[in-house]
Amino acid sequence: MNTLILAAELAYWQQTSIRAVVGLAAVLLPAGTLVYLFLFKMMSFMQSRLGPMEAGPYGSMQLLAEVGKFLQKEDIIPAKADRVVFKAAPYVVLVSTFLLVLVIPGGPDLMFIDVDTGIFLALAVSSISVIGILMAGWASASKYSLLGALRATGQLIAYELPLVLAVMGVVIQAGTLNMQGIVMAQAQGEIFGFGGIGSPFIITQFLGFAIFLVAVQAELIQPPFDMPVAESELVTGYLTEYSGMRFLMFFIGEFATAGIFSALAATLFLGGWYVPGLDPTDTLFNVIGPMVLMGKVILVAFLIFWFRFTFPRFREDQLQTLAWKVLIPLSLINIVATGVLKVVF
Amino acid sequence: MTATTDARKLAYIAGQAADARVNVELETEGMTLNIGPQHPATHGTLRIIVRLDGERVIAAEPVMGYMHRGYEKLTEVRTYPQITTLVNRIDWLGSFANEVPFILAAERLMEVEAPPRAQWIRTALFELSRIANVVLFLGDMGVQLGAITPVFFAFRDREFVLNQIEAVTGGRFHPNFDRIGGLKDDLPKGWIDETRGVLDRIRTFCDEMEDLVAGNEIFQARTRGIGVIPADVGLSYGLSGANIRASGVDWDLRRDSEMGLVHRELDWKVWTHPDGDSFARYWVRLQEVREACTIVGQCLDGIPSGPVMAKVPRIIKVPAGEAYVETENPLGIMGYYIVSKGELVPYRVKIRSASFNNVSITPWLLKGVYVPDVISILASLYFILGDIDR
Repeated sequence: MNTLILAAELAYWQQTSIRAVVGLAAVLLPAGTLVYLFLFKMMSFMQSRLGPMEAGPYGSMQLLAEVGKFLQKEDIIPAKADRVVFKAAPYVVLVSTFLLVLVIPGGPDLMFIDVDTGIFLALAVSSISVIGILMAGWASASKYSLLGALRATGQLIAYELPLVLAVMGVVIQAGTLNMQGIVMAQAQGEIFGFGGIGSPFIITQFLGFAIFLVAVQAELIQPPFDMPVAESELVTGYLTEYSGMRFLMFFIGEFATAGIFSALAATLFLGGWYVPGLDPTDTLFNVIGPMVLMGKVILVAFLIFWFRFTFPRFREDQLQTLAWKVLIPLSLINIVATGVLKVVF
Repeated sequence: MTATTDARKLAYIAGQAADARVNVELETEGMTLNIGPQHPATHGTLRIIVRLDGERVIAAEPVMGYMHRGYEKLTEVRTYPQITTLVNRIDWLGSFANEVPFILAAERLMEVEAPPRAQWIRTALFELSRIANVVLFLGDMGVQLGAITPVFFAFRDREFVLNQIEAVTGGRFHPNFDRIGGLKDDLPKGWIDETRGVLDRIRTFCDEMEDLVAGNEIFQARTRGIGVIPADVGLSYGLSGANIRASGVDWDLRRDSEMGLVHRELDWKVWTHPDGDSFARYWVRLQEVREACTIVGQCLDGIPSGPVMAKVPRIIKVPAGEAYVETENPLGIMGYYIVSKGELVPYRVKIRSASFNNVSITPWLLKGVYVPDVISILASLYFILGDIDR
């Protein structure tokens, strides 16, 4: 299972290009789905309006229209901006997004890389986006952007910790950092001797799941943790000066990361590509696995976006208080409890 | 004299030096941030210059006048019936309420009184425009704090109120319906029953807002204890309306003065809140919308029959004299001081609008708060740019 096995023997360059295409699709398709399904439609229904209805049936082509609009827009760089850094910032954010998708398995043999420290790698590369945001805010030469970037930095650093600590419980229970191993542990696990549905860690690690979701919400800079972009005070913060294609890249980064974090949550807590009742080593999962995973991603993303459309935002100090005084102690308790129970049972 | 001054100077310098020694590692430069004139939180073109230390505001100064339209001067070359068109546009969310005090002042000068039916309908429309205005605040406060959904509910339900206003006046936004001596027209058929349905909708909306916004823990954490205005400070800055009632001052012109409307014949309650913070201002306005529904409901029950227009001359010349009438408008106290020389046009009209005073407290209020609270406090003070700059 250490390498991608395809039915046909492929040359290295062929494998690589397939991986590149699939990787792009794995980032962009969920992102597009989330934007259409939740940002366009669900938000509209929650706000008693219809949302986009004109472009394509039921507004389904609206995404393409939006992308076309952004591509046509002038790429404005402020006169006093640090041009190189300003231009590079969106790429840095996207790099973190694309690196994240690598560790998520879509089936028993379906994955980009199979590293033993999978979840560790994912959490490490997710922090790269902070650098991109800080670059964007600093290089924009705008006070609003600077305030936004500094808020973002403080927030992302604060919420890395509960994110990592929430995952620790899962890792202890599964006994591995390998993403595939975590899925297998859930698929083959038993709840008090009953193995009918496997053992999705959301049942035993519910506290961890809740903390993970809250921390993800903060990592994604979505309400109620959206002070860095806070359009009513900072006029979208570090994004203020961006327009056209570069803004689109931040936008893709935001929603693709939302999709990938949902996939992480689905893999860690909901059993990933596995559905109960089937043999997890069945090669059938190489086909239906990605679809199952996508379904679970939509479930988790629904929660994330539901919070996004409902809550007002915290103040910066309240957010830090929540992270350091509530979430981190709670996740530490969770780790201790998990460790003790793991030894006892 | 000089000795004490020198001693003080020396003490001051010593203090500064001590501060400098402490701060030498944490020396930061202040930052001046212009919030506005084009900023989503200022509802138009208010500009607030804030001096920041990190995220904390050291000093704040509102700069007004970006929307000054010279209404006071314009009134001097308009006849009285024409002026209602202008004053419609002062507080554009509750337009009808702007006409009322002006017409009442002119009526007082002319010594005519609107027939009872006109007064009752006036009161109903006055309160409907209050609902149309404050409902938007109830949703908008959520947006300023980052919750995007409430404002859509507000716009949705406000539309029904505007429909009712339009059905009577023909104007959705700017009714221009009040006349010296009464009203332009009578109510259309079936309006009273329809309005009852709309009032139920607004009551449901208030319950929704109580759940979705006022009852939200994050909203409370963001607004409780933030932007506290003590009653005496508020009064000294000339605050009025819900802003001062939220500081515990039980003062409502609808109850406390003879405005010329029929509020005093109705059974309703003036709400106050002891805290004086942003949450109190939101809560008081929420109750006021409910109370306005009660008032309109009672008006609908009690509208007497009769004409809606008193006998007034076709060409209105207001006798020489001066009159000042103020009413409790959606944003606070609004008053018109009319000086007439017995001509077709007034000699001078001074407009006292609520938002100008409500915003003038910001330098005092914003000192020492965080940037996000600047926005929430401004939103809770609830100003309309047209009402500030006129």
